Amino acid sequence: MTAPAPPLALLAELTHRCPLACPYCSNPVEMVRAAGELPTDAWMRVMTEAAALGCLQVHFSGGEPTVRKDLEGLVAHAAALGLYSNLITSGVLVDAGRLAALAAAGLDHVQVSIQDTETSSAEIIGGLKGAQAKKLAFCRAVRAAGLPLTLNAVVHRRNLDRLGEMIALALDLDAARLEVAHVQYYGWALKNRAALMPTRGQLDTATRLVEAARAELKGRLVIDYVIPDYYASRPKPCMGGWGRRFITVNPAGKVLPCHAAESIPGLGFDRVTDRPLAEIWETGAAFERYRGTGWMPPLCQGCEHKQRDWGGCRCQALALAGDAGATDPACNRSPHHAALVALAGREAAADDAAFTYRRFS
Amino acid sequence: MPALTADSRPALPRHAKLRFDTARDGWVLLGPERVLMLDEIAAAVLRRCDGQATLSAIAGALAEEYRADPAEVTADVTALLQDLADRGMLLP
Ligand code: SF4
Ligand code: SF4
Repeated sequence: MTAPAPPLALLAELTHRCPLACPYCSNPVEMVRAAGELPTDAWMRVMTEAAALGCLQVHFSGGEPTVRKDLEGLVAHAAALGLYSNLITSGVLVDAGRLAALAAAGLDHVQVSIQDTETSSAEIIGGLKGAQAKKLAFCRAVRAAGLPLTLNAVVHRRNLDRLGEMIALALDLDAARLEVAHVQYYGWALKNRAALMPTRGQLDTATRLVEAARAELKGRLVIDYVIPDYYASRPKPCMGGWGRRFITVNPAGKVLPCHAAESIPGLGFDRVTDRPLAEIWETGAAFERYRGTGWMPPLCQGCEHKQRDWGGCRCQALALAGDAGATDPACNRSPHHAALVALAGREAAADDAAFTYRRFS
Repeated sequence: MPALTADSRPALPRHAKLRFDTARDGWVLLGPERVLMLDEIAAAVLRRCDGQATLSAIAGALAEEYRADPAEVTADVTALLQDLADRGMLLP
């Protein structure tokens, strides 16, 4: 067997702590507490090993990565290694002084998530009063510091009708890129699916809007947009394929093929404190389990798309088909697809239920 | 956004980084959520995009270096850079 190709990017989940409580947060329901977080020197070593393994980028995420006091040092280390560094943040905790320090440390790019363009709605979704003004001020400070900005709008039934305003906001904030991310329904979002699922009509309008805006704003604003799984006919290549592009390290140092992989029972995860990162990537049981095409069910084995979408998302297969090794039900060839479409229609028509917020239990 | 012309002085935006990738033995252009693997010619073009040199100067230098037809090289360089500009990875 030949060694797998090296990963392109390290997702460094520095912490699960976050002042917000978004009901669609991609963090696991069982979160790591502050006392269980990796220390600075361990993260430094993880980045060194990731760069040696072939990673070109590091995404600092969480939770809210800026709760870590050592972030400047981690950014500087990434810069020294030649890793392209991206800070994925809610933007509510960083003042101009800290931002200047991060920029000076060599930060390459900042991505700020927004919950909505309408303040009251945004703050209901994020669960934090006063967050919106802070976010907008932070975005402007990012541009004033000369750093490139991506605005990340997580969309669902409660805010999708304001997609036009989100595009306008991205332009107003001088972002070079807008990521319109439909909620992915696992982890916390699965608990809130009926409260968040968009309708087919909302989705079609949004898709048309994005297509028009892309043409109009070519060269000015890049818009990344993917049709949500529940309304797609073929699944996305989740993470670009299991164990192919990304290596995720969680706050406690567990190495995951995907940030939601811990939801899959029976998968054992190695820790960066126990084994070298390269060895975990190449031979770790969790990576080997669903890498490539060998694990696939016959439906995918015989399909011409298998090396394009890699069978879709394992976490979603588990959540919807009850088996992480099944064809992703987002695929219209899956025997569970019809039930999925029906479920999306039903939940999209549900009343706007109260959210179950992301909190430490 | 203006189209590239012979007089454009293309440059990489702050969010794009050009570097050699030893693990994959080739040049790459890195951006937010983007990794573009470059062939030898594309890398040679981008290394010259410093905001000073004009597109025609870049194409001229490359035509000389690779002993290729200047008109053809100019067309190829323009197409490559326009594509990158449309994707937000180059300032025309
Ligand atoms: S999704 Fe919301 S709650 Fe989760 S880490 Fe991001 S900002 Fe915090
Ligand atoms: S059958 Fe499997 S490989 Fe084929 S499109 Fe569906 S998920 Fe992808």
